[in-house]
Amino acid sequence: MTKDNHEFLIIREGKSYEVVIGLEVHAQVTSNSKLFSCSSTKFGAEPNTQVSLVDAAFPGMLPVINEFCIKQAIKTGIGLRAKINNKSVFDRKNYFYADLPQGYQISQYKYPIVGEGKVILDMPYGQKEIGIERLHLEQDAGKSIHDIDPENTMVDLNRSGVALMEIVSKPDLSSPDEVNIYIKKLRSIMRYLGTCDGNMQEGSLRADVNVSVKKKGEDKLGTRCEIKNVNSIKFMQMAIIYEANRQVDLLEEGKNIDQETRLFDTKKNETRSMRTKEDAHDYRYFPDPDLLPLEVSDDFIDSIKSDIPELPDEKKKRFIEKFKLTPYEATILVSDIETSKYFEEVIKDSDVKLSTNWITGELFALLNDRNLEISNSPISAKNLSKLINLIKNGTISGKIAKTVFELMIDEDKDPELIVNEKGLKQQSDPKELEKLIDKIIENNKEKVKEYISGKDKLFGFFVGQAMKVSGGKANPQLVNEILKKKLK
Amino acid sequence: MTDITSLTLTELVKNIKDKNLSSTEITKAFVERSEKSKELNTYITEDFTSAINKAKKFDEKPNFDLKLPGIPIAVKDLFCTIGVKTTAGSKILNNFIPTYESTVTQNIWNQGAILLGKLNCDEFAMGSSNETSFFGNVQNPIDKNLVPGGSSGGSSSSLTANLTPVTIGTDTGGSIRQPASFTGTVGLKPTYGSCSRYGIVAFASSLDQAGPMSKNVKDCSLLLEVISSYDPKDSTSIEFKRNKYSEELTNNIKGKKIGIPKEYRVEGMSNEIEELWKKGIEYIKECGAEVIDISLPHTNYALPAYYIVAPAEASSNLARYDGVKYGFRTKGENLIDMYEKTRSDGFGNEVKRRIMIGTYVLSSGYYDAYYLKAQKVRRLIKKDFDQAYSKVDAILTPSTPSSAFKIGEKTNDPISMYLNDIFTVPVNLAGLPGISIPAGVDKKGYPLGLQIIGKAFDEQTILNIAYSMEEKINFKNKITDWWIK
Repeated sequence: MTKDNHEFLIIREGKSYEVVIGLEVHAQVTSNSKLFSCSSTKFGAEPNTQVSLVDAAFPGMLPVINEFCIKQAIKTGIGLRAKINNKSVFDRKNYFYADLPQGYQISQYKYPIVGEGKVILDMPYGQKEIGIERLHLEQDAGKSIHDIDPENTMVDLNRSGVALMEIVSKPDLSSPDEVNIYIKKLRSIMRYLGTCDGNMQEGSLRADVNVSVKKKGEDKLGTRCEIKNVNSIKFMQMAIIYEANRQVDLLEEGKNIDQETRLFDTKKNETRSMRTKEDAHDYRYFPDPDLLPLEVSDDFIDSIKSDIPELPDEKKKRFIEKFKLTPYEATILVSDIETSKYFEEVIKDSDVKLSTNWITGELFALLNDRNLEISNSPISAKNLSKLINLIKNGTISGKIAKTVFELMIDEDKDPELIVNEKGLKQQSDPKELEKLIDKIIENNKEKVKEYISGKDKLFGFFVGQAMKVSGGKANPQLVNEILKKKLK
Repeated sequence: MTDITSLTLTELVKNIKDKNLSSTEITKAFVERSEKSKELNTYITEDFTSAINKAKKFDEKPNFDLKLPGIPIAVKDLFCTIGVKTTAGSKILNNFIPTYESTVTQNIWNQGAILLGKLNCDEFAMGSSNETSFFGNVQNPIDKNLVPGGSSGGSSSSLTANLTPVTIGTDTGGSIRQPASFTGTVGLKPTYGSCSRYGIVAFASSLDQAGPMSKNVKDCSLLLEVISSYDPKDSTSIEFKRNKYSEELTNNIKGKKIGIPKEYRVEGMSNEIEELWKKGIEYIKECGAEVIDISLPHTNYALPAYYIVAPAEASSNLARYDGVKYGFRTKGENLIDMYEKTRSDGFGNEVKRRIMIGTYVLSSGYYDAYYLKAQKVRRLIKKDFDQAYSKVDAILTPSTPSSAFKIGEKTNDPISMYLNDIFTVPVNLAGLPGISIPAGVDKKGYPLGLQIIGKAFDEQTILNIAYSMEEKINFKNKITDWWIK
């Protein structure tokens, strides 16, 4: 594909505009307890049942760093091929809100725990590298609920103090497609590492989207707007498209773009101004005096490094080299760690090519259809592997295999059992097949004549008859061979 | 036998252990005297009935192995006490009853002590005269209408008036040492990180330390021994080998080198203070220590730096008092209106002043010029001390630039009020231990204190110096009980 084909451009009266996108992804750290307290982080609990005195900011309560969350952030940093900083500082970001009990959020401002890194995107037009600016740790706020009581706002502090990683990209993304792949790649890396479950429905992954536009080919970046707290890839893409068009329209009208924070209205599919630069918060960041600067030794970082599993990029490389997969196939199979595990389990004693096709074909269709994760696949890797071996060794045909596959779904049934019970074994005995074919020739004399007189197309008819009579069990290859011999 | 309430902590402990006195007798004595001393306004919350019950319980099954067996103690109302109202001297916490206990008070109860009540203090410990308390002024027992110092004013007054045998205060810029100096008592601010800040209502987190206040140095060392502990619940708590301060206390300071910083001769300091300091130097020499002139060149910048750092941290620490979760609330039209009304009504003027200063110095555009620069000054002050301690073991200075002043005298002049802390503030900025001991009186007969500043974690040395000087000085408070009718 040429470069032009993949470019996301907004065109007005012959002028082309490029879109420049940077993301601030908020990823909830997978951890049993919160960043600075021992409260549970389990999703879905009754409101205000997972709140400690620290989370609710009672007088005299002090934060104590959860070492596990620090390890998780460093792990993620390593997964992003980023620099891990030996010294980082927790700051207070001061603002008032009902669901922010301390009146400040503990975050990292000048000295984040993770510095610059990168993420590689596999786009249809090739690989693209997206720079990571930084990753820092911060506390989540609670939740304000406005629709329970007609007059009052309710506050649920279960989420207050939960550890988040804010992953800030460089403005290297240039289309909604790239945003899609970037988020998926980030999620994939974090799921491989076990540092964030990436569950967008539960709010484990959200993003602030920075969008600006510039005339094609220009170097200077335009004024950007930040769209706050978008919680699905689809909404991010919709918001970007709306926002980029809005900005282009403004420029076309000769107007300026105001740097501002906007929100995306998912119902109306539009972004709206939340606050302009003038009334932006002054967060009065300063180092949290309740916490000493965080120092991590090289030994500590190395011990985490030694614990890092094979990540998607490396796994993909291995799959291509070792299993001769195409880059496309490898990308699909490594994108989710569970998929890759499933794949490796299946190919342990089965044909790689067939396994790849069956997983990316039938199995994915099934999972998609039932809206299931591969970890909950109704068909186990072990049984799919058996099915593939039945095809490979000629016990059943590919077509019959599809029937067997359907029958496996309900109880994850052993395909060998199904084949035996239902008598689906392929007829591969040449003598039996010859008998069967002789009968067909006997019953279709007219057609045979036509065929011999040159109507080649009829060959398919005979094959079809053989399959029909055998109930689909005839070995198609043998049928072909015998037919060719007999119809000479 | 002399009045129970005039005994020192050490004497009371001995009497209990020797079974001369029961916890109930002692507790009742302090309760009775406290009841007669309401005019001093030292208590915000009295817990007398419960105290006597606890004392009876102790007597039923006494444990004499404890360090504070059955000893009743009143504490500053900045320490959260489980089930007992904790206000920090503020209207905004007027109805706040903690469900938890501060580590420092827990340490005291663990050694057998009994809570008498919660003592008055400046609102959120912001003040030098106890006049910013929502619960009214505290009288200094030394003289009528005299301030007891602050912010631990209820503590110093109670101690001097024999309403509690010892007490604990907190010291952010001098809030233990200055009131001790104003009331002729002993007050020690430990090294930052010695005593846990867990459960203490925060004023300025990087400066706040709890510490003992007592009638003599021996009591002070015993109480420090009890309250100083490593606490994993406070990330700034430091694990170091803590001495058995009372057992290791000695008046032998021969050969110790004591520094006299020339920068502490500040402009406008009264002759009386100058004389007191000279006298102190003589005492030290008599004790066999060596006196060395030193320089702490950045001393002048300590007070301005303090009045940037402390309000900055306070402005953020006090953001949690917003009327949403606990404490006082004024209803409003909406969230912002509720915040504004709650905080306008709930905080006093001095607290508001410091929140505004703190908010200002942290604002973008001013941060570098104020907060960052103040932090640099702080490092320079710390370096001054480090350099001095390569030559000396401790430093002797006056505790305050003047004796106690009259109630109302400085309330309209915050700067002159802030100047009270000029000798104590550098110690907090450097995180060092400092002790104030009574060393004499001015011509009005009001007590004056001397401060001994030590190396970090070397509380033992300053206690020893104070102990040997105490013997020489032989200070006696003259208390007339003027407030008892």
